[in-house]
Amino acid sequence: MTSVAAHGRPELPATTSRPVRIGSEHDLRSTLGGLSGVDAVGLEARAAKLGTRSLKQDTKRAAIDLAITMVDLTTLEGADTTGKVRALCTKAMRPDASDPSVPPVAAVCVYPDLVDVAVRTLGTSGVNIASVATAFPSGRASLAIKLADVREAVAAGATEIDMVIDRGAFLSGNIGKVFDEIVAVKEACGAAHLKVILETGELVTYDNVRRASWIAMLAGADFIKTSTGKVGVNATIPVTLLMLEAVRDFALETGAVIGVKAAGGIRTTKDALKYLVVVNETAGSRWLSPDFFRFGASSLLNDLLMQRTKQATGSYVRADRFSGD
Amino acid sequence: MSDRVSVSKTYKMYVNGAFPRSESGRTFVLNDVEGNFLANVAHGSRKDIRDAVVAARGATNKWKSATAYNRGQVLYRVAEILESRHDEFVSLLQLTDGVSAKRAANEVSKSIDLTVWYAGWTDKIAQVVGGTNPVAGPFFNFSIPAPCGVVGIITPTVNSLSGFIATVLPALASGNTVVVVPGSHEAIPVAVTLGEVAATSDVPAGVINIVTGTASELAPILASHEDVDGLDLAGAGESRLELGRLASATITRVVDSDLRDLHDLKRLRAFIDTVTVWHTIGQ
Repeated sequence: MTSVAAHGRPELPATTSRPVRIGSEHDLRSTLGGLSGVDAVGLEARAAKLGTRSLKQDTKRAAIDLAITMVDLTTLEGADTTGKVRALCTKAMRPDASDPSVPPVAAVCVYPDLVDVAVRTLGTSGVNIASVATAFPSGRASLAIKLADVREAVAAGATEIDMVIDRGAFLSGNIGKVFDEIVAVKEACGAAHLKVILETGELVTYDNVRRASWIAMLAGADFIKTSTGKVGVNATIPVTLLMLEAVRDFALETGAVIGVKAAGGIRTTKDALKYLVVVNETAGSRWLSPDFFRFGASSLLNDLLMQRTKQATGSYVRADRFSGD
Repeated sequence: MSDRVSVSKTYKMYVNGAFPRSESGRTFVLNDVEGNFLANVAHGSRKDIRDAVVAARGATNKWKSATAYNRGQVLYRVAEILESRHDEFVSLLQLTDGVSAKRAANEVSKSIDLTVWYAGWTDKIAQVVGGTNPVAGPFFNFSIPAPCGVVGIITPTVNSLSGFIATVLPALASGNTVVVVPGSHEAIPVAVTLGEVAATSDVPAGVINIVTGTASELAPILASHEDVDGLDLAGAGESRLELGRLASATITRVVDSDLRDLHDLKRLRAFIDTVTVWHTIGQ
């Protein structure tokens, strides 16, 4: 049994072992079978309720800075150039050219062929280099190609790999294939952190999101990530809340702390702060760190900088004060 | 006498083509010149100014990229709608400005004529303030007037109808979008009714935004907002110097003179940038 702290949240066990062993697809199915169904109405109501919390003054300032350190500054376009990636990396290290007190972001996120450009630009700045791999965003390629994609990105210097799960296999019930792929990719990652993109917009139901979260965590994900940003429905607060519940439950069960990354469609400071409230109220303050929560975003950073300047100077600022893409 | 319950109008703000209440939820009571209840008015706040500037910024492209001829047609349409509401403005001015029916009617007619006058200016500004520059080479060199962007306007505290038209129309005619704060509480009902005129003419949403409230509270927020490119302080009175100082911190162009002449070419020229273009001859 876990003890319940004064604030009503169960305390995390001190161990970091992973006692759940999945030896076969049968093990996986029986573990997932133990998950309860999601109360969709309750989930959405709780997400909406938490969204009404308001952060003010010092709390708001601290939250904006925290959110900046959680950003994976992303460019994933067919039209990406080395120049654009260099500009992105420069911005990642010093988001506001006129204010050195702004902290750097957590990571830049680029396609594998541009990882070496990011490595050269970022140097020893401490900003991580994330790369999408495994035939992002569709994931429709053979396992050999996916693994080669991952190995190439890691060899080029990526410290974090964002992989996509095989949604086709998941939706047709072939969860063993989904699990095995994640295990294989995790092995190919070596020391690099693995973020597993569930693409929740394609998983149809909340129950599927819960199951996919557990499959990813059991298979060795360091992070579970909502979306690629390439489909109609991206990160939403209810889905992120559900995934945070999953990592919390997984930590209570196994002691392993898995991160969550919300990606796609988060553009305003207001939205970002809502996510931080949800993180704190669902998983707990342990997750209020770039080690365990990230925003996959590009335009969000400029809005955070605008609000940060507004908080510092008291007057509203114009959007083109900060560099665009 | 009938025993109908009186239906009095609540004067809400006009932002981005809609009539929202204040984000703050505040209202105040406005009485007419005789001290009788006239209306509950939305008491705008800092965040209402923020929302209005976002709306005005969002509308800049659509308004400035419309042809000058089209802008003229739209402003002429405003005059048409004003004409159809002539009598409503006459009765309103008697209540808010305390003028006689005859003077009110004169004021409304004058304001409609002024609207037509500014509608005519839209496609003539370029000919007056633009031009071809002599250069030593096989090039044309043109100076073309371009709107400077979002203009904040504190309308005059007197003559609420003609004062509004004479400060807002020149900024619109030169292609800017505006955030208007009525200079006095008494000027609010006419300003909001003009918002209704804008909403029912062809002025695109966001081009005219009206934030009602207390000018002394709202003007500094507008002046210090970095995304406001121009500021007309016609109705700001004593606080002009301080507002000008706030505006200077963000390089905002300021007009701080009283409105003396309704046909004010200075205001028409005030919020224009000049773009210079080179073009080769014979190609």
